[in-house]
Amino acid sequence: MAIQHEGLAKEFEWVTRPGEQKHISESIEKTDLLMQEMAYQLIIGANTEVDRLTKEALDKGYTANDVLDDGLLNGMAIVGVKFRDNIIFVPEVLVSARAMKAGMAHLEPILSASGVEPIGTVVMGTVKGDLHDIGKNLCIMMLRGAGFIVHDLGVDTAPDEFADAVEEHDAQLVGMSALLTTTMPNMGRVIDYFEDVGLRDEVRMMVGGAPVTQEFADEMGADGYAENAVECVEKAKELLVLLKELKG
Amino acid sequence: MTPEAETKTATGLLERLAAGELLVFDGATGSYLQEHGLEPGGCPELMNAEQPEVVQQMARQYFEAGSDMVLTNTFGANRIGLARYDLEDRTSELNIKAVENARAGAPANGLVIGSIGPLGGLLEPLGDISEDGAFEALSEQVIALEEGGADGVVIETQIALEETLLGIRAAKENTSLPVMATMVFDKGPRGYFTMMGVTPEQAVEELEKAGADIVGTNCGNGIERMVEIATKMRAVTDGYLLVQSNAGMPTLVKGENCYPETPEFMADGYAKLAELPVNILGGCCGTTAAHIKALVEAVKPEPMAV
Repeated sequence: MAIQHEGLAKEFEWVTRPGEQKHISESIEKTDLLMQEMAYQLIIGANTEVDRLTKEALDKGYTANDVLDDGLLNGMAIVGVKFRDNIIFVPEVLVSARAMKAGMAHLEPILSASGVEPIGTVVMGTVKGDLHDIGKNLCIMMLRGAGFIVHDLGVDTAPDEFADAVEEHDAQLVGMSALLTTTMPNMGRVIDYFEDVGLRDEVRMMVGGAPVTQEFADEMGADGYAENAVECVEKAKELLVLLKELKG
Repeated sequence: MTPEAETKTATGLLERLAAGELLVFDGATGSYLQEHGLEPGGCPELMNAEQPEVVQQMARQYFEAGSDMVLTNTFGANRIGLARYDLEDRTSELNIKAVENARAGAPANGLVIGSIGPLGGLLEPLGDISEDGAFEALSEQVIALEEGGADGVVIETQIALEETLLGIRAAKENTSLPVMATMVFDKGPRGYFTMMGVTPEQAVEELEKAGADIVGTNCGNGIERMVEIATKMRAVTDGYLLVQSNAGMPTLVKGENCYPETPEFMADGYAKLAELPVNILGGCCGTTAAHIKALVEAVKPEPMAV
C-alpha cells in the first residue's frame, strides 16, 4: 500500500532512514485522505487550512485523539525529520508549529475534558542569565506535538523557579536550555539545587542549546542531552521510561 | 563628529586592509567580564558605566597581546536587548561609554570596532520584532557607536539574513563607518547552515550585496570548522573576510567552562586561515590574551614595530 495523498507522498520522500520510513509510512497508510490532507497542510505550514480541516474532521465525527494522531502528528513527524536532516530550518518549523497550534486549539479542550492522560509533564526554561528562547520554544512545540504537557518557564529562569514549577505541576521532566557559553554552567547549578532540596530523584533532567555537548551534559550530571528538537522528544520519552523503572 | 575625524575613521580600517595588512582582532568578551566582576544574570553593557576600568583593562590586555583592533562591550546594547534590564533609556550612553573605554585601552594605531549583536528575537512574522522597530534599534546603536568614535562596526553572531541586512543598512544609512557582518554556522548532515538555513556562500553573497565591506563568521565552532567555513566563503569572493573562532566547544570542569583548544592548537588553524587569505582574524568564546599572542606569532612573522 502506498500513501494516497500525492503531496504527502512527495513529502514522505524526505524520510530516508529505513526505521523511520517503516514507522511513519505505517502510521500514514492506515489513515484516510482527509487526515493525509491535514498532515500535508501542516507540513507546508498552511495554518488556516489546518484550522479548517480540524474543524471539518471533528464535525464529521472523528475523535480528537484520531485527528491528533492521524493528522497533525503524522505531519509533525515528517517536519521533525526534515528539520533534523537540514531540509528545512527554523523558519519552516515555526510556520508548521503555528499550523499545529491552530489545530490544537480545537482539540485541546476536548482532550482535556475527556481526561486523556498526557504521556508526561515537563517544565522547561532557559537558565538564569540567558535570554534566548528560540531553541527552547522549538523543543516545547515538538514535545507538545508529541503529547507532553509542557510548562514554559520562559527565559532567565532561576534554580528555585525550576524546582517550584516541578512541585506545582508534578512534573517528571525538567528541560533546561542555554545559548550562551557563559550561562551554560548555570544548568549544572540547577541540577545541584535539585540535589540540595531533595528533588533530584523525583525527576529526570535534560539539557540542550547550541553550545551544549553530550560531554558537557555528562560533566554536569544531566540525565539526558539532545542535539535538536526532534531528538529532544525521543530523549524525553526515554527518560520517562527510565524514571518509571527507577521509581518502580 | 568633525569632518576630519570622519575621514580618518572611515578610511583607517579599510586603508590598512587595502595595503595588504592582515589585522588581528581580540579574544572573548563575555567570559573576561564574568571573571572580572560581572554577576550571573547581570547586564554586561552596564559595566561600561559602572566598572569602566574593567572594560578598559580588557581592551588594554588584548592590544598588549598584539591585537590591532578590539570590539566594544556593546553586543547586546540595543534598545530591545537593554529593555530586558530596564536600561533602554541608556542605550546611547552605554554605547558611547563602551567606545571610550575601549579607546582608553588602545594605542594610537589601535582600532575600536563597535559590536552589534542580535536583537534577541525573531523578526515578524516569525517573531514579534517589527522590521521598523529593528531598524530603529539598530540605527540608534550605530549612531551612538559612531558618536563615541568607533572606527567601524560589526553586525555579528547573526543567524537570520533579514536582521543582518537591516543592521548593514542601518550602519550604511546612518554612519560613514566601515561595516562588517558575521554569521554563525552549524555543521549539520548536509553541511554548514545558520539556524535559519543560510549557507556560508549565500551569506557572503547577500551581505556583500547589501554593502558590507567585510564579511565572515564568528562563534559556534572551533578553529578547524572555521577553516572549512572560511574556505567555502573564500571560494565565492575576492572581498575582505573576517573569522573569529571559539576555542572549541566548552566542557564543564568543576562547574566552570573549560575550552579545549589551546593557543598553540588554534595557531595552526589561524595560519591556514591567513593563507586563504582571511584578512581579519580573531577569537570568540573561550579565547584569551594568550590565544591572541599565539595568533599574532603564527600569522605575523615580522616582529611588530612598536
